[in-house]
Amino acid sequence: MIGQLVHLLGYEFVQNALLAGILVAVVAGLVSRFVVARNMSFAVHALAEVGFTGSAGFILLGLSPVLGLLSGSMITALFIGALGLRIRERDSVVGVVMAFGLGLGVLFITLYSRYASEAFAILFGAITAVSRADLILLVAVAVITIVGLGIMYRPLTFATVDPIVAEARGVPVRLISILFLMMLAAAVAEAVQVVGVLLILTLLITPGATAERLTAHPGRATVASIGVAMLATVGGILLALVTTVPVSFYVTTIAFVCYIGARLGSPVLERFRDARV
Amino acid sequence: MNGKGRARSPKAPAAAIPQEEPAMCFDRATLAYGDRVVWSELSMTVPQGEFLAVLGPNGSGKTSLLRALLGLSPLASGSLDVLGGPPQRGNPAIGYVPQHAGFDRDVPLRGRDLVGLGVDGHRWGFGRLSKADRMRVESALEDVAAEPYADVPIGRLSGGEQQRLRIAQALVGNPKLLLCDEPLASLDMRYQQEITELIGGWSRDKGGTVVFVTHDVNPVLGYAHRVVFVVNGRWAAGKTDDVLTSETMSGLYDAPVEVLRVRGRIVVVGEASGAGFDIDEPHHFPEPKGAHK
Repeated sequence: MIGQLVHLLGYEFVQNALLAGILVAVVAGLVSRFVVARNMSFAVHALAEVGFTGSAGFILLGLSPVLGLLSGSMITALFIGALGLRIRERDSVVGVVMAFGLGLGVLFITLYSRYASEAFAILFGAITAVSRADLILLVAVAVITIVGLGIMYRPLTFATVDPIVAEARGVPVRLISILFLMMLAAAVAEAVQVVGVLLILTLLITPGATAERLTAHPGRATVASIGVAMLATVGGILLALVTTVPVSFYVTTIAFVCYIGARLGSPVLERFRDARV
Repeated sequence: MNGKGRARSPKAPAAAIPQEEPAMCFDRATLAYGDRVVWSELSMTVPQGEFLAVLGPNGSGKTSLLRALLGLSPLASGSLDVLGGPPQRGNPAIGYVPQHAGFDRDVPLRGRDLVGLGVDGHRWGFGRLSKADRMRVESALEDVAAEPYADVPIGRLSGGEQQRLRIAQALVGNPKLLLCDEPLASLDMRYQQEITELIGGWSRDKGGTVVFVTHDVNPVLGYAHRVVFVVNGRWAAGKTDDVLTSETMSGLYDAPVEVLRVRGRIVVVGEASGAGFDIDEPHHFPEPKGAHK
């Protein structure tokens, strides 16, 4: 099995998949910390599902599904950002936009019934089927997202954990919130490549939720979140290579096991911490 | 009716730092959201080093006064100078302590991190605190005696401990002006005294100016040099003893109101409502006549 794996690692498509997986993990790990802290699971879901619509639309036009996905989730992010600035109305705006977006998706799928396998790939992920050109796009988007998040990391943290004081200190809270939605849309488009639209939360919620259970140190929590995402994607890709089960199954399982482990382990960690203090 | 009961400008306390310019100067300032006038033609000058208590019932525009000082709510008319210039968003010379809302139990943040955000949270980038900045955080924690729990997840701390960290966060930037928005809300008596003493003590020792929004004047009676009382669009400003009188308050409410001093506490009783009420319970204040324009 190990020998088979080493052999497979020589293939370009495997290397591409692993490279994409690593980048996706960094993006997803970073973003998921804020998705959890800002209670944005529903928005993630909407961005992914309307991303699916974008993808279906682009395939219909003979364009790149990855680009379609990115466009779909970006446009959704803009709509949510423009219509739902107040927390109170955010959930309903997300629901309204998602419902309409999915309606369009139904139309596109009906119009283009011949390539059902491509729709399946978007729904459940197919990282090993990503083309070379799409991969370059994915890498570029990942790099932009990581740099973008790096630039806004501190004010985003401030605006997330302590919005009232952040605003008083001059942090442009609204702008940050819209910029983060854009980053989130890009992260969704990335993560969909690995696990698909339907399983998106496994990379954009679980790592951040797991990290919160492990440490109250913000920096360490971010590292732990990236670590969990990395373990899930890279581990999932490698396991899928040597078996016949799809990547998404392994990714969701690894992420879930990490989360359960953190839940069970956090009381132990806490006792250890209390003993030290 | 506006400005009724405004007292003569009081003398600055002897202990205050040299007064080159006032900490804030409202000149016929009016704040409105759309058609709704929050307060109008407010004129008041507060010298540096003073402790100003902002009083009034809920929804009377106390928080809006802080937002105006922070440069977050522009005036509809009139002018406002803060520390010698127009209000400016993110002014580093202003510290801010919000109402105690309580952090979620699981929020991955320690007290130390909260104070650290007061140093660099507004700066772009990833950056770690420099050694000098970490020392500042450390000494701010020391000033409020919060070192023993600075590394505990903040959601596990009591309300009083969280509020101490908030004060450290506001003071770590070494501000000249400290704005506090109901910092005592939902704290018990002991914590109310501790928190008030921390804020009042800072003002006394460092010569900093404090604007303290509270619906109950009693915890700050020993600290406030002056008060401003706002009631739906009207206001009265001046020394505590000049504003909190039956005459001034009756004028503000346009109804017979009696201000009683009972065992060192101030209680405001309105005859109009037929029932006693206290500044603790602002919703029992009678609705002033002609407040909405």
